[in-house]
Amino acid sequence: MSDLVMPSLGADMEAGTLVRWRKQPGDAVKRGDVIAEVETDKGVIDIDVFASGVLEEIFVTPGNRVPVGTRLAKIRDLAESMPPPALPREPVSEATASTPAPQPTPRFSVVPPPPPASSLPPPPSAATSAPLARPAISPAARRLAQERNVDPALVHGTGPHGAITRDDVERAATQHAALPTATPDSAPQKQVVADERALRMRNAIAAAMAKSKREIPHYYLSHTIDMQPAMNWLAEENSQRPIAERLLYGVLLLKAVALALREVPELNALWDGKRAVPQSGIHVGVAISIRGGLIAPAIHNTDQRTLSDLMQSFRDLVMRARSGGLRSSELAEPTITVTSLGDTGVESVYGVIYPPQVALVGFGKVAERPWAMNGGLFARQVMTATLAADHRVSDGHRGGIFLNAIARLLQAPDKL
Amino acid sequence: MTRDEIRKHVLDSLVSVAPEADVASLSGNVSLREQLDIDSMDFLNFVIAIHESLQVEIPERDYAKLITLQGCVDYLAARIKD
Repeated sequence: MSDLVMPSLGADMEAGTLVRWRKQPGDAVKRGDVIAEVETDKGVIDIDVFASGVLEEIFVTPGNRVPVGTRLAKIRDLAESMPPPALPREPVSEATASTPAPQPTPRFSVVPPPPPASSLPPPPSAATSAPLARPAISPAARRLAQERNVDPALVHGTGPHGAITRDDVERAATQHAALPTATPDSAPQKQVVADERALRMRNAIAAAMAKSKREIPHYYLSHTIDMQPAMNWLAEENSQRPIAERLLYGVLLLKAVALALREVPELNALWDGKRAVPQSGIHVGVAISIRGGLIAPAIHNTDQRTLSDLMQSFRDLVMRARSGGLRSSELAEPTITVTSLGDTGVESVYGVIYPPQVALVGFGKVAERPWAMNGGLFARQVMTATLAADHRVSDGHRGGIFLNAIARLLQAPDKL
Repeated sequence: MTRDEIRKHVLDSLVSVAPEADVASLSGNVSLREQLDIDSMDFLNFVIAIHESLQVEIPERDYAKLITLQGCVDYLAARIKD
């Protein structure tokens, strides 16, 4: 049995609002499936599951804002055997919940009794054989739900036996109106919502950056890299590729960073409050500029991916960062971040490490510069790479080895 | 295909990568990337969108000709004639 909890999607995140369940109790879930949508300061994020199993029980209904770590649901892992038979359970009577203190995590569970232990485990389409019993809804409440564009299935009923009253619908309608994603709204209202979201995102970034500078003793290194071989190789490679498969030079940088981390693994660690914990997977977070701010979701196992694969993932990530659909696993799991400001035309970027990571790699633009080589002076495509690193975890010597490894890897682009 | 039709395709492709772009007020001879704050990923997606809607091959070395709106229309008009 595993608990699905409200994940921490950033150093600064304290709470999130459950917007929508995408699976219902009884549904099978497999690793990577999106199980719910959560509203955070970074926008609406899809929560994806880590382990395959069956969603057993939901503890938080849509519209509720809960702290990071709050149990959201129970998932029965595939490997477990069937639970023993239990007495049929009544749905928790919501009439008792209408006491002065509001229940922050109301429960409801599948109503029909579980099958006896001797029977086979329920098939994956358990949802159809053990449907979620819909609480009663009065005709007046149903009419109101239609008028206010509220889905009765998502309304928390406080009437007898969890029945849905007009008040319940009214409350749900107001809550949904407060959530930017719920009902279609007019253009000016959309702008207000967009501005609010941008402000919240800016505040979240501010909190994370302030925390980083307060707590992490940063040191900075820079190294200028000869990019001529990489750019030559890229032009040749892209001339052979159909337009939709062409590579941006950024994926060469991501791959080089990932491979360099294999050589200097202490930079692929997360700070747990007392020490750096090296991470087994290399998941490079890519800083992506979006309306209102910045977000840096991870490409999982960057070191194991081909350049074509990285390009597809990168492109997909940018699209979802800008128009919705980023997943919790992408936001919670970067082990290092790369920020490339080449497009803005700056030479180099000295960044701020994103906690709990212990390093940040910055790349400036690729530009033609005078370059001395073999005793002669040439015009070469060069780029400045920088490392911001946590001095509690690494020293300049190791940081220097890391930047040199990136430079070396970029001299052999065909091997990336 | 007329130049106006080509222009429309180009503007549609632009809107698909920069939905908030005010295409009506775009200057024909100023760099698109400057006017619209689109990055290299957006630009690549823009070129792909043009490729898909007009069915023309656009080699990477020709991207420099697509810097301005006018440049796009001129380039594509010549390519489509071929």
